[in-house]
Amino acid sequence: MHGERPAVPETALSAESIAPVSVSKRRRPAWVQDWQLYALLALPMLYFLVFKYIPMYGVTIAFKEFNIFEGIWSSPWAGLDAFREIFAMQDFYKVLRNTFLLNLLDLAVSFPAPILLALLLNEVRIPWFKKGAQTVLYLPHFISWVIIGGMVYQLLSTNTGLVNHLLKVSGIGAIPFLTEPSYWIMTYVGTGVWQNAGWGTIIYLAALTGINKELYEAADVDGAGRLRKIWSITLPSIKPTIMILLIINIGHMASIGFERPFVLSNPLVTDVSDVISTFVYKVGVQSARFSIATAIGLFQAVVGLIFLLASNYISKKVTDQGIW
Amino acid sequence: MKTSAVDKWIDMFILAVVTAASFLCLVPILHLASVSLSSNDAILSNKVTVVPVEWSTLAYETVLKDVKMFNSLFFTIGLVLLFTLICMVMTICAAYPLTKKKLKGRDFCLLMILFTMFFSGGLIPEYLLVKSLKLTNTIWALVLPGMINAFYLIILKTFFSSLPEELEESARMDGCSHIGILVRIVLPLSLPVLATLSLFYAVGRWNGFMDALFYITDQNMYPIQLKLYQLVISNQMSDALATEGMSATVPIPESMKAASIMFATIPILLVYPWLQRYFISGMMIGAVKG
Repeated sequence: MHGERPAVPETALSAESIAPVSVSKRRRPAWVQDWQLYALLALPMLYFLVFKYIPMYGVTIAFKEFNIFEGIWSSPWAGLDAFREIFAMQDFYKVLRNTFLLNLLDLAVSFPAPILLALLLNEVRIPWFKKGAQTVLYLPHFISWVIIGGMVYQLLSTNTGLVNHLLKVSGIGAIPFLTEPSYWIMTYVGTGVWQNAGWGTIIYLAALTGINKELYEAADVDGAGRLRKIWSITLPSIKPTIMILLIINIGHMASIGFERPFVLSNPLVTDVSDVISTFVYKVGVQSARFSIATAIGLFQAVVGLIFLLASNYISKKVTDQGIW
Repeated sequence: MKTSAVDKWIDMFILAVVTAASFLCLVPILHLASVSLSSNDAILSNKVTVVPVEWSTLAYETVLKDVKMFNSLFFTIGLVLLFTLICMVMTICAAYPLTKKKLKGRDFCLLMILFTMFFSGGLIPEYLLVKSLKLTNTIWALVLPGMINAFYLIILKTFFSSLPEELEESARMDGCSHIGILVRIVLPLSLPVLATLSLFYAVGRWNGFMDALFYITDQNMYPIQLKLYQLVISNQMSDALATEGMSATVPIPESMKAASIMFATIPILLVYPWLQRYFISGMMIGAVKG
């Protein structure tokens, strides 16, 4: 640029033409120009700092002899004492086993259910029927676990439940769905399917609408039947969606919701219904043993993170699909 | 397309299975509704299936007369409205700046938000935080900790990014500010996804009771789900256990329990059909592009 006007000395150019322009015309710094965007972002980021990152700092109480009056900062360090204590607890292994067992059964039953349902819905050729069925199938997702719990007791309790009444009348005899551990597990898994199978189809149906129709026409020409088309076109097309959801599910193997086991459990089935989340509640909130409960929570979070990373890694190696 | 005989059978089979699945979703709700509208005698003799027997609105009358139930309902409605409003404002405020690729510090903020989806402090540190902020037994304990759902934030950001850039550029030429563009151009174009996320936030708040169980001890501030938990589940549990030889509290008539449950479900059943088309399109956006 300067080479084009060799007649003018360098110094004169910078003094006369650049300096004044920099005051009046040069763009203001980005953060000044975008101050409104930063202002919008300020409160949300503050939210994440306070309500997400301060609790992350709070996990240090797992390594402290936490005293609620002294606070997290000034409580004395206790090293790995809390972890030694939880690894010596019988109940800890029980809730760990239950968490994995219930999640594994959930994965085995609740994961394929929406895929099957979506494939069926996709084959329904009557538009109004399909829409009506979808409306009804999505509904349970909007019903809270407290209400589902209430319904479960209404339907399944041994004495007054409708299902057991029908079973008794038909000669099969009552089944203790809620009070016998093995049946309780079935009830737990069943309510999960009930609440989420229909809702889970949304994501698969969205993936199904993206399939190129010409593939089916080509298959028609080749004389493929319906099952053949589902097997060779439909399923492979939604495989990426299935894989991603599977990774996410496996990644959540170590964590478990609180409300579902809490609402469905009762004193007779605690051997199978006590899971990490309800145990943390009992130990931490009810018994105020904060360091122990935090250590359990931290253990769960770390194991969960490892699961997530591992399943994503394996999936990328095997199928080229990953969440990142 | 010609349909063969086999195809017809397959169609019949599919219709049958889908119908059965739909019925399975409806029957528990219908049964509960019937129980709530039947006489206690009919319920105890197991005559009620999915149609009310010996029609009686007594249970509802009793529930409606319960002042505490009404207080709980109004408190929850107010809570849900406040919560949804704050959540939406905060989520929009976060999502819009994050769509601007040139914004300095954007990647850092995004990373910070995404990290919270994979790792959290856990129940107890959050509980201690809420306690040390002195939020327990205030409405804010049920509002502030869940103000932004990182997943919904990503859905909204993805949607904002999909809007044509030319619209915003031309508005910028005309001297419109960032906030002006957001309010006048971006938000009006995003109504379906805004409606969807509002519905998700609202339903989540309406249905949630875990945080209330932790943070609310004042009976006057029980959200409806916690009230129901106390009224129905703890009671049902002792009923179920009574048969196993364990102690029972004073039983509440079945129709009362059912009526209380219906009382908390009806608002959802009322708004659900109207919002359905929004959440389907909203979920599709999240599913396909997310």
